[in-house]
Amino acid sequence: MSNTPAPEAAADTSPSAEPAPTLHGHPLTDSFGQPVVHVARTSYIALIKQLANDGYVMAIDLCGVDYLTHPGRTLPEGFVPERFEVVVNLLDIEHRRRLRVRVQIPADDATCPTLFDLHPGTEAMEREAYDMFGISFTNHPDPTRILMPEDWDGHPLRKDYEVGVIPVQFSADYVQNAPRAEETSAWQ
Amino acid sequence: MAVIDETQAGLLHQTGEGAQELRPRSELTAKELLREVGAVLRMSEAEAAKYAAGTGDNEYHDDQTMIINMGPQHPSTHGVLRLMLELQGETVLRCKPIIGYLHTGMEKTGETLTYMQGGTNVTRMDYVSPLNNELVFSLAVEKLLGIDGDIPERAVWMRMLLSELNRMSSHLLFMATNGMDLGAVSMMLYGWREREEVLRFFQKVTGLRMNHNFIRPGGLAADLPAGWRDDVLAILDMLPPRLAEYDVLMTGQPIWRDRLQGVGVITAQEAMALGTTGPILRSTGLAWDLRRDMPYLRYDEVEFDVIVGTYGDCFDRFAIRLNEIRESMKIVRQILDRMPSGDYRIQNKKVTPPPRARIDESMEALIHHFKIFTEGFKVPEGEVYVAIESPRGEIGCYIASDGSSKPYRMHVRAPSFVNIQTLPHMMRNCLVADAVAIISSVDPVLGEVDR
Repeated sequence: MSNTPAPEAAADTSPSAEPAPTLHGHPLTDSFGQPVVHVARTSYIALIKQLANDGYVMAIDLCGVDYLTHPGRTLPEGFVPERFEVVVNLLDIEHRRRLRVRVQIPADDATCPTLFDLHPGTEAMEREAYDMFGISFTNHPDPTRILMPEDWDGHPLRKDYEVGVIPVQFSADYVQNAPRAEETSAWQ
Repeated sequence: MAVIDETQAGLLHQTGEGAQELRPRSELTAKELLREVGAVLRMSEAEAAKYAAGTGDNEYHDDQTMIINMGPQHPSTHGVLRLMLELQGETVLRCKPIIGYLHTGMEKTGETLTYMQGGTNVTRMDYVSPLNNELVFSLAVEKLLGIDGDIPERAVWMRMLLSELNRMSSHLLFMATNGMDLGAVSMMLYGWREREEVLRFFQKVTGLRMNHNFIRPGGLAADLPAGWRDDVLAILDMLPPRLAEYDVLMTGQPIWRDRLQGVGVITAQEAMALGTTGPILRSTGLAWDLRRDMPYLRYDEVEFDVIVGTYGDCFDRFAIRLNEIRESMKIVRQILDRMPSGDYRIQNKKVTPPPRARIDESMEALIHHFKIFTEGFKVPEGEVYVAIESPRGEIGCYIASDGSSKPYRMHVRAPSFVNIQTLPHMMRNCLVADAVAIISSVDPVLGEVDR
């Protein structure tokens, strides 16, 4: 564990020539020159803890992604693409490097352990991820909505969330489905 | 029935649909109270255990304290920030920022706009430093496109020029609002006056005072207008005496210092744990500036100092921003000396719309023009996170692309959104009057907090 290569060095090695690079036993990939480590939900907290000991002392960003309409993305071996993903960007101030951690979150059990005890600054970001995607963070100290009103239905950034549409007038569609007089009267 | 109510409350809590507001102490669980008094950051385990058992030193009864609401329309909350404060007399015991009043779903909107149009969206997030928002978005898109190394030199230096001028205008606005919040009302007029000069230059260059959409993927929208150098020099000549005036008006004033020194203290460790960046992190003495530490554009080729504080208080944050204006002026002077000639955008027909004149004579140019403006350009599949130093700290842009011409997911790591989490920690046991100074020193922009 202590003898793991620095992510930059590991990211440089081409995956075809050598065994796939890992970091603390988790597959490390390269995304446009940026190191990304993939981790199972069960060992997520343990990995972030190890990385904090390695110098990644700041959790600079945490966000959710909903891959509902884009399921076929490439992940390292052993990882099944799930609907949701939690993406954490870590920052190492001493060595001036960044690392991204991606966690797969299945749709039928959209929960993820909270980072609050390790990085209290993720509190608002996890609330935002909950608010926008409905991923609940277990043991989060304040699991409420943050941006939407507390009685809001649904999670807006999900891909299947219905977005309101203002009807376009004078289109062919509009003529067919033209509202009747009693419906339009409410606007006047 | 009471049992059912209890389970319902429990379910409510689990699903996270609970109230966002600060609740009286009698209704709190020990865990909630511990979070609100910042146990993770500032207490030993023994102390926290004492607190959880209800025997902590600071234990107050409900009728000794009062929960009041500050905002969202309070003039010193910089927009629509709402704070709930638990007070005992004039002392703030707990504080909880409640945000979302300006939430307009900009990240969702970002998914429906092409990469070409995306700039118009992100520029409205932090409306005080719009050019930095556009810059980080453009850098992220360019990284996805793989053209981040091919941007012409002039475009890169122009971006730096605009970014630094924007930093100056943003900090000048901070000078104004900080002065106003603390009762130095004439400072408000001076700060706005100086900022207006910078905005006037922006208007000349981009056509707009704010929300420019000028920095775009691939370069910029247009070249600098004739006479831009004189305009920048005029700003650089105008500012030093004005900043000296600020020093007389504020920095050296005993009243000003009394209001700010030792107020809202935060340590480097706390700031790092809370993910804070920018002047707040630097005020604790930690020299962390992405321009120097993880250089983007050509910041590694210009000379400037990273301003740090010592005490992590409001005065340090004020002084840092004042001196960062001076550092930015230093950078702008170097940019004036080194501004190369050349193209202001990449000549990649897939990314850059062709010049208007070409459309009349070339069928291909017309097709490219049509393609770019109707369906936009396609961006390879993948995800990137790019961060730059905005006046408020690290602004980052995370884009996940599915290979189409619109971002699959566009997330902006807004510095104000994260920095606002320091408020409860800095406000603990301070006076209400100091709370105003603390909000002001965080310099949040609510458009960015709520997005």
